[in-house]
Amino acid sequence: MNVRTLDNRLLPAIVIAAIFVTLPIFFPSAYYFRIGALVFMSALAVVGLNLLMGFAGQVSLGHAGFLGIGAYSVAIGPVHFGLPSWLSLFGGAILSGTIAFLVGRPILRLKGHYLAVATLGFGILVAIVLTNEANWTGGPDGMSVPKLVLFSWQVRKSEVWYWIAGTTLIGGMVLALNLKESPTGRALQAIHDSEIAASVLGIDVTQKKLTIFVTSAVYASVAGSYLALFNGHVTPDSAGFLRSIELVTMVVLGGMGSIVGSLVGAAMLVVLPQVLTIFHEYEQALLGLILMVFMIFLRRGIVPSVAATFVGLRK
Amino acid sequence: MAELLQFVFSGLTVGAIYALVALGFTLIYKASDIINFAQGEFVMLGGMTAVFLTLGGISLPLAALVAVIATTIIGLALHRLAIEPAHGASPVTLIMITIGASLFLRGIAQIIFDRRFHSLPPLLAGDPIKIGGAAILPQSLVVLASAVVIVTLLWVFIDRTLLGKAVIATAANRLAARLIGVDTRRIVDFSFAVSAAIGASAGILITPIALTSYDVGTLLALKGFAAAMLGGIGSAPGAVAGGLLIGLFEALAAGYLSSSYKDAVAFLIILAVLIFIPQGLFGRAKIERV
Repeated sequence: MNVRTLDNRLLPAIVIAAIFVTLPIFFPSAYYFRIGALVFMSALAVVGLNLLMGFAGQVSLGHAGFLGIGAYSVAIGPVHFGLPSWLSLFGGAILSGTIAFLVGRPILRLKGHYLAVATLGFGILVAIVLTNEANWTGGPDGMSVPKLVLFSWQVRKSEVWYWIAGTTLIGGMVLALNLKESPTGRALQAIHDSEIAASVLGIDVTQKKLTIFVTSAVYASVAGSYLALFNGHVTPDSAGFLRSIELVTMVVLGGMGSIVGSLVGAAMLVVLPQVLTIFHEYEQALLGLILMVFMIFLRRGIVPSVAATFVGLRK
Repeated sequence: MAELLQFVFSGLTVGAIYALVALGFTLIYKASDIINFAQGEFVMLGGMTAVFLTLGGISLPLAALVAVIATTIIGLALHRLAIEPAHGASPVTLIMITIGASLFLRGIAQIIFDRRFHSLPPLLAGDPIKIGGAAILPQSLVVLASAVVIVTLLWVFIDRTLLGKAVIATAANRLAARLIGVDTRRIVDFSFAVSAAIGASAGILITPIALTSYDVGTLLALKGFAAAMLGGIGSAPGAVAGGLLIGLFEALAAGYLSSSYKDAVAFLIILAVLIFIPQGLFGRAKIERV
């Protein structure tokens, strides 16, 4: 087990890529592509948040703020400035990264519940601004988002979005898996275990945390842009408190620090409401219950727990 | 001048409610180091239960009493069923449990009650009282007076009774408290129960003025938390001062700057306090041992 080859490290991404390519064979209708696309888009944001929570051990209860910035970028860019959607998407990602950089500098010095509250406050501030700047954002009702146009071809079909979102997700996963094994990734794990020990070892704790915060903000922003372009509509709810908690629940459900877990967590919370109509009605209560039960009894999340069982069996 | 006075009165009224929420936070934090995000849900449950009991024909005082008792039981259940099983978890894990609990309670409230806004008849009816050109609702005076009574009762209790002294001992050093025979588990139980009762009372008091619905808890919890932070987390006088200050800032910002950004005030204060004076106005700087 000491020899870690390239294949070994990227194995999760390769397996998921294989599933992603073969799954559509079994899809009976466009509806399944739609759900698949939604799962991949959410998973992208969750992978980013998991980098922050699982690897670096820093919590963010306001990540939907970045999701909202990404979503509104592809709405405001084309409508108010006449920019193409793809350029707005990049613009949104850069904006999210910049805001994360500026906000992260003071905020990431905080620990534990102080950090949780500061990020939560940040997320809600974004939602308040999006709700109130009605001239730009359409206010509480939101605004419609022009369809993505690539090479003068309008992307509207769920099938196409399935491929776009899936490819981006796998790219994002490969990046995350590589980051995990990079010097930065190892530094982050050291920070996770003990910040003081890490700084004694010569790791620039603030700078590393900031790097990962900005990275995760960019992931969320791109995911937000995709979701907005796919749904054709954005509302301030996309940046709201409930959305932030949903992202955190997805991370916790799948397993903190597990890249595959991010996909599993996102898939469960996106697919469940589709399968169980009861879920839709009791969304808040069930989301809260899942969060509580997992944090009390299954703190490691689904994928790491299952993996541990398998390793146990093999021995 | 009349305008300013008006803003100050409405700010103090809402601020008294934030102060009570902040006091609830402080009590639980002192006894157990837990930041209870479900604190706002206690306020909501108090208000909503009282509303629906009065709609069912029960008189307001009795409805209020039942609402406080019911919320207290829920507070106890929260500690026993959700917090205690996670014994020894990290602060962030505990925060997520209380956030889960808050969503859960809100979701259940939405099913049991409804999604509409509700009001209660004021405890003191009558025309607004004119002072210096500003009009004060009699209910505002009820809110302020009740807040003073609750704070005083809590202070007397903590300062003058044996159980109160056990709370102080637990807050100072849990292990040492256990060694001298304090049942710390019961102290934490107690802190959850009292926080819930205070929250529910705040909810019943403010409902005639500010309306209530199943989802008012989140903002109230966050503003109460902002108040606790501004005052210095863990400091009871700080919580009260912080609550009144946040209420004042909010009312002044709503009056002179922009009413739509009223809710943003508390969060700007949270961020500013965290970045510039993390120990708050009344708190002591925490030195971490390595």
